[in-house]
Amino acid sequence: MSRQSMRSNDPKKVSGELFTLTYGSLVAQLLKDYENVDDVNRQLERMGYNIGMRLIEDFLARANPGRCYDLRDTADKIQQAFKLYLGVSPSIGSWSPGGDEFSVVLETNPLAEFVELPDHCLGLRYSNILAGVIRGACEMVQLEVMAWFIADQLKGDNVTEIRVKFVKRLEDAIPAGED
Amino acid sequence: MTIHSLYILSKSGGLIYQLDNNIPTIENEKTFSYPLEVKLEVQNRNIMVVYGQRDGIKVGHTLVSVNGMKVTGQQLDDGRDAMQVLANETNYPINLKFARPKLTTNEKIFQASMFYPLYALACQLSPETRSSGIETIESDNFRMNCFQTLTGVKFMLISDPKQAGIDTLLHRVYEIYSDFALKNPFYSLEMPIRCELFDEHIKGTLEQAERLGISSI
Repeated sequence: MSRQSMRSNDPKKVSGELFTLTYGSLVAQLLKDYENVDDVNRQLERMGYNIGMRLIEDFLARANPGRCYDLRDTADKIQQAFKLYLGVSPSIGSWSPGGDEFSVVLETNPLAEFVELPDHCLGLRYSNILAGVIRGACEMVQLEVMAWFIADQLKGDNVTEIRVKFVKRLEDAIPAGED
Repeated sequence: MTIHSLYILSKSGGLIYQLDNNIPTIENEKTFSYPLEVKLEVQNRNIMVVYGQRDGIKVGHTLVSVNGMKVTGQQLDDGRDAMQVLANETNYPINLKFARPKLTTNEKIFQASMFYPLYALACQLSPETRSSGIETIESDNFRMNCFQTLTGVKFMLISDPKQAGIDTLLHRVYEIYSDFALKNPFYSLEMPIRCELFDEHIKGTLEQAERLGISSI
């Protein structure tokens, strides 16, 4: 239990297993409710989006990062956020030549620690909530991005990889005194 | 060490939270004989002292009670018009109580949304590019500190001009906002914050900051 040893004395920290299991039951319930993996994928992304919109404030208040003026800054902050909220350090890589697209590569995916995908839901993007969180959080700091999974350990890949693509800065939404 | 009040503005400029922490109440009571030595006038539907400052009763104070009976607007609790009562010589000597008027909720909302364009205006007036908006406003009697987050939420704290360490306190308030407002699943973004836990923590923090100093939070 490598993550067990990382637990500090912070009373708000809980075992990652509790989170993993809770997320598992959420996905299982959604599968039962929708019976269609595409709908489940969409729902997970939407939930993530709503979480991201709120979580970003927590991240800003806690980690106190500055504003990003480059996607590389943003990538660093996303890496930092994974560390803070999931206790894993993803690597950032596979930059596109234009510098507007990168991958977040997770060696281990804490959401899917005890999971095996059954045959009838091979189309399920199990951890799709993470893609939604990234999109929602970036949107609140006036950055429109797309995020999607391109590799998943649950589907036999070596690593879990989330691709993030910069779409545009939301100029209208930038608060006065911040641009 | 005094912190008077806290305002939180959403990113679209609406007031989503307001707390009066330590607003001194100024009330003065005095028995008057005919004719009245203070000059009263009806302003904003309240009876206000316009001239003739004495015994702590100042210009701008409003009439709150007559002979111990509460005045609401211009009307006494028994339905009589306060100005008529004051004009009638047979009612004297009369005991009047004056107080500094408090901001109503509507006025607070109004004032908060006034600040929003001022903040934006300051950025544009700035001779330097990429200037922030107004961060502090200082006057004889109070100082207002404003902290805007990267997402555009504004936290405003009105305190004594001598109060130090407001930045730390504002940051703490931001943390409480992100914990107890945003993590409440029943709170919808951009709406007024009506969360008891949030209230409790804000009050506790302000109290502690006043009592023990801001470094202790």
